[in-house]
Amino acid sequence: MAEYLIKNGFVFDPILGINGDKTDVAIKDGKIVESTALSNPKVIDAAGKTVMAAGVDIHAHVAGPKVNVGRNFRPEDKLFTYEAGNGVKRMAGGFSVPTVFRTGYLYAKMGYGTVMEAAMPPLYARHTHEEMRDTPILDQGAYPVFGNNWFVLEYLKNHELENVEAYISWLLRTTRGYAIKIVNPGGTEAWGWGLNCNSIHDPVPYFDITPAQIMKGLMEANEALRLPHSVHIHTNNLGNPGNYETTLETFKLFEGAKANNDFGRKQVMHHTHVQFHSYGGDSWGNVESKADAIMDYVNSHDNMTIDLGCVTLDETTTMTADGPFEHHLTELNHLKWANTDVELETAAGVVPYIYGKNIKVCGIQWAIGLELALMAKDPMRVFITTDHPNAGPFFRYPRVMKWLMSKKAREAEMDSLKWAEKVRDATFLSGIDRELTLYEIAAMSRAGTAQALGLSSMYGSLKPGLQADVAVYDYNPETAEDPELIEKAFGNAAYLFKGGEVVVKDGDVVSNGNKKTLWVDVKVNDNPQVRRDVTEKFLRYYTVTEANYEVNEKVFMKNPYRIEVDATQ
Amino acid sequence: MRLSEVMMMETVTLTPKAQPDLYIDAENITPDAFAGKTAEEIAAIHVHEGNQTGLLGTYFEVSGKGGATAAETKIVIKGDVLRVKYIGMRMTAGEILIEGSADMYVGAWMEGGRIHVTGNVDAFSGTGMKDGELEIDGNAGNYLGAAYRGDWRGMQSGTIRVHGNAGSDIGTFMNGGTIVIDGDVDVHVGTHAEGGTIIVKGNGKSKIGGQMVKGDIYVFGTIDVMMPGYVYRENVDLEVDGTKATFAMYEGDMGERHGKRKGQVIYGHIYQKY
Ligand SMILES: [Zn+2]
Repeated sequence: MAEYLIKNGFVFDPILGINGDKTDVAIKDGKIVESTALSNPKVIDAAGKTVMAAGVDIHAHVAGPKVNVGRNFRPEDKLFTYEAGNGVKRMAGGFSVPTVFRTGYLYAKMGYGTVMEAAMPPLYARHTHEEMRDTPILDQGAYPVFGNNWFVLEYLKNHELENVEAYISWLLRTTRGYAIKIVNPGGTEAWGWGLNCNSIHDPVPYFDITPAQIMKGLMEANEALRLPHSVHIHTNNLGNPGNYETTLETFKLFEGAKANNDFGRKQVMHHTHVQFHSYGGDSWGNVESKADAIMDYVNSHDNMTIDLGCVTLDETTTMTADGPFEHHLTELNHLKWANTDVELETAAGVVPYIYGKNIKVCGIQWAIGLELALMAKDPMRVFITTDHPNAGPFFRYPRVMKWLMSKKAREAEMDSLKWAEKVRDATFLSGIDRELTLYEIAAMSRAGTAQALGLSSMYGSLKPGLQADVAVYDYNPETAEDPELIEKAFGNAAYLFKGGEVVVKDGDVVSNGNKKTLWVDVKVNDNPQVRRDVTEKFLRYYTVTEANYEVNEKVFMKNPYRIEVDATQ
Repeated sequence: MRLSEVMMMETVTLTPKAQPDLYIDAENITPDAFAGKTAEEIAAIHVHEGNQTGLLGTYFEVSGKGGATAAETKIVIKGDVLRVKYIGMRMTAGEILIEGSADMYVGAWMEGGRIHVTGNVDAFSGTGMKDGELEIDGNAGNYLGAAYRGDWRGMQSGTIRVHGNAGSDIGTFMNGGTIVIDGDVDVHVGTHAEGGTIIVKGNGKSKIGGQMVKGDIYVFGTIDVMMPGYVYRENVDLEVDGTKATFAMYEGDMGERHGKRKGQVIYGHIYQKY
């Protein structure tokens, strides 16, 4: 493979502690190496440019059945967006629910190399993997949802933690999954009964355990299994005024717990799209930001990480395994609604949503997302996301970065809101002077996410030995003054190297790369009871057989990458 | 200076020559795309035939030239263009005259200006129309002035006038503007409408105003089956597009959610002429 030497760029790497120094980055055989290891490299002149490890997205909905429902039931989302195939690129289109090709191309253009699919219904793991297989360039993994799964609920109810662990091991292997995702624990199962769990102490119908027990139990199993990632939580009561108390209660469940793994992961719990969980007030009339209370807690507890879920003020498509929430949303905005029950496992809903600049609540949501990042003391634990496509499309990350890095840019946005003064009254944003540095942005978009995923030995830094995923942006931190340059540069990478190969040059995709799909194979002691329970549930309840359930990696995956964990001790 | 002294109208004439094997997508046949261009430049504008990109000049003899702006550009198409779609798509100003019949999506998403077709147009003409005028001397196909598939934001403003008949599903999700059909219409008229006016001077069939929450539909002729969600209220004397008559006024669709204004519930209306 070609050798590259990226010379004279301003390098930002929180893992190596490099903060804008002019440092050369050397690439050989798909890995980052010391520059002395190169014999005849191709030299990339990065003078006047910013160099970082490629981006790592910890939470986006980019593949699988609910994403595809969004595509199918929103033809209007595709209108006027299609581009004809060109060079190595295939025809691609779509706005908030783009095709898999456009997903790969646009992430690559932003200098991202790895994107985790945040919610995989196990029953539809095959579909999810088919879409990831067809998504070019990006290394990916998918989080199966566990928080409403009948096996989990029954074992937890009976205090059979070993069985929970064996089942998780089986499911991750069978679905080729990466981590334990929990969405509205118990609430989605309750939705099957027309109910919900609005607090973490609401008992789940029939199973009679609480969301708190589900989250805590799964966290304990996660640590006993020593998985690369922690439990990845979307707690109860999402999107409701006053819900910050539920969020803080959820955080407190994990107080004192310590991470147990060999992957460099430090947190025991990742909470996603916290913007949707940081609301004060008791109605949409008086909803207000509680980002301060939330971030006080996050800042003082280093065993947890969060991502933002920034509202980008776009027309988008919401989609979540939080079935009751989507019903609530369609009742609010009266737009079309798709809903499905996934037998024994989960549910999902999809509703279009317009975050309008003339709607006060949307302005407040926009401000809260930014506040969370601007109040963060440790950028290695607070990550940039838009919960794509729920709060906005992922290709707005460069815009989010602009708002985070420039008070001028976010004040201009604030001033453009119809209810700017009311939004200011209900939020903290205009009182925050902090402007994030590129070093902090690098932590929030690659170094921190890679570490939280337990993938810091592959991604997130330019340390020799890591996979050569490197982004070069046409952004000169010494001279750039116009905040618009941030959005432009970070949306059009000058270069993206993926596994040591150039896949983006001058903002254009020039190669489809060699994507990998990551999954976790955790070995546990043989557990005949769980084996018997799985067989029985398939015979009694599932509409498919076990043989039609498992993901055959030869058929459904491209370059499967197995991460082994031994939890037999 | 008066406007007439500033405006310098120019005409581009397109005479069909080669009939395409497949249908061509000609969303570039607009005053906006032609403005400021010579006949030669216009002949070099792209059209799509299937997955191939071709040139307008392959299918049309081009003469004349575009005006300085879209508003100063008139396009005349001499003869039938039955295999050409999207004529006048998203045009903002100026004029198109089709001396013959055209395929689907004529004037789709148009924002201004005027299109006059002396023959017929196929389905989806005036889809998602934002403003402007579309006049068809012959018949129009299905989905005239309807929303794009999936969208809940249909025709916003402007006027569509068809002197012949129209097909099914006209004015779906209509929000504003006016559609006038001199002849008959097929099923589904103003489905899901949230505003706007549809006038059918001939006969309607069934499913008129289904799920309509706001807006007015006038039918001068017969209605085969009235939607069960409509309630007769009273007779009213009205002048509708130049015709004075007594109409039976119905309100509905009662099966839908309706907004309120000043404490009064707002309904969709169907007026049937006696
Ligand atoms: Zn999500």
